[in-house]
Amino acid sequence: MIDYENMLSSKTKLIKPSGIRKFFDIANELDGVISLGVGEPDFKTPFAIREEGIRTLENGKTWYSANAGLMELRTEISRYLERRFDISYNPKDEVLVTVGGSEAIDLCLRALVNPGEEVLIPEPSFVCYTPLVELIGAVPVPIETKAENQFRLTKQDLLDKITDKTKVLVLPYPNNPTGGVMRREHLEEIAEVLRERDIVVMSDEIYAELTYNGKHTSIASIDGMKERTVVVNGFSKAYAMTGWRLGYAAGPAPILKQMTKIHQFAIMCAPTTSQYAAVEALRNGDESIERMANEYNMRRRLIVSEFNRLGLDTFEPEGAFYIFPCIKSTGLSSEEFCERLLFSQKVAVVPGTAFGESGEGFIRVSYSYSVTHILEAVERIRRFLDTLS
Amino acid sequence: MNQLISLLEENSRLTNAQLAVMLDISEEEVAEQIRQYESDGILIGYTAVIDKERLDKEYVEAYIELKVTPKRDHGFDEIAVKVAAYDEVKDVYLMSGGYDLIVVVTGTNFKDIAMFVARRLSTLDSVESTATHFLLKRYKEHGVLLDTAEKDERSV
Repeated sequence: MIDYENMLSSKTKLIKPSGIRKFFDIANELDGVISLGVGEPDFKTPFAIREEGIRTLENGKTWYSANAGLMELRTEISRYLERRFDISYNPKDEVLVTVGGSEAIDLCLRALVNPGEEVLIPEPSFVCYTPLVELIGAVPVPIETKAENQFRLTKQDLLDKITDKTKVLVLPYPNNPTGGVMRREHLEEIAEVLRERDIVVMSDEIYAELTYNGKHTSIASIDGMKERTVVVNGFSKAYAMTGWRLGYAAGPAPILKQMTKIHQFAIMCAPTTSQYAAVEALRNGDESIERMANEYNMRRRLIVSEFNRLGLDTFEPEGAFYIFPCIKSTGLSSEEFCERLLFSQKVAVVPGTAFGESGEGFIRVSYSYSVTHILEAVERIRRFLDTLS
Repeated sequence: MNQLISLLEENSRLTNAQLAVMLDISEEEVAEQIRQYESDGILIGYTAVIDKERLDKEYVEAYIELKVTPKRDHGFDEIAVKVAAYDEVKDVYLMSGGYDLIVVVTGTNFKDIAMFVARRLSTLDSVESTATHFLLKRYKEHGVLLDTAEKDERSV
């Protein structure tokens, strides 16, 4: 018998499975569970975009594209970034189309980071950064962000963690799971620290279009930052295109060149059908983005107010589609809270600890659901809290 | 469409406080807008969406096309109002195309409805002809997918 324990890569074995997944697996076993757990839009991809994908399939456009993506799409991405965020990239060598934002994150880290070097990761944040850094043999360095700072990365917290081994700063804003955002003035402070140093920012802006109370600012648009920033974005959240698996990176040509090399060997190219659909999204999708963002915004205000009424302290998120209520008043840990809520009232939410240790005492609640669904879940959580007191 | 109206159309049980939060206006403003829409005859009622076939096995609904001769001076209004007066009639609409009025009739069985059409509607003076279509299955009602509803397939 082959002993798989000896066969498997030790680095891979050490990686912890996603803490989000674990909860869904339990929830799927139970009947009558209503979820506020998922991290994807409840909207379907706007019809015109779907139709464009279908049309190109009918016309037999089923080949590989260029490694970096269809030139047509890269051109549209570059126009879009200019139009929405005031940053300009040359579609020829500064834009790379990837399989979701996730691939762009992986490529960026692998292209930049050597084993033993440090990658700064503000937490709580999305689950993928730490394991991907570990796979490279590099060192993830969490930077704890706090509710009293609206979960922003502050200049001081950043300075405290920078060493001569620091290579990359991950900047995950608008933030999943907290909903925190970095406004221009906050980014200026970070830029001040970074302009002096050889540290590259990997700015994960996948939720950029879901920014409320104002427009998203990309750190690449701050003076002196474009040359040291790789912007990661994609179509999943803004255009409700999660299943199409399409994202992109934009940044300095020398970095993109190395990323494209890995992409070329590991992936070849992003799905061509998705790329054609994305061209349509960028050309005619601004209105759809706005309609969906507006709908999320209404739900956001409603759910924040409902949770605060439940007595769970909930900071007002300004981005993405999550709230991050503090559950410390219940005396339960995040895991206990989620487990007991799931078994007693059959509501699935995700423990804050899935997003880093600093998520202890919080839960992630998604409002990517209809108002009626949200209100039903809130009612069940109210009943659950009543049983605790 | 006004956002307040679309929210109410989707869920008329939202409280003024909830509506105010969602629209980022004051509760008084919500109350005032609702009052205005009511008095303008725009907001005319708050109803529940009910799957009647599931509630009551003895429920039948039919769509009756009526071809009618319009009356001088009164056009279609006179006959439409007359038809609308029956308790069995749920809705009456004037249509463009192959017929003039569509009349939605409810009853406890097919025969009742057929008899109602034969005795009450087709005997009306200006009615030239009728065609009765029984509703067999509802898939979507007031924007809500019924029973056949899609499951939330999202899993991540």
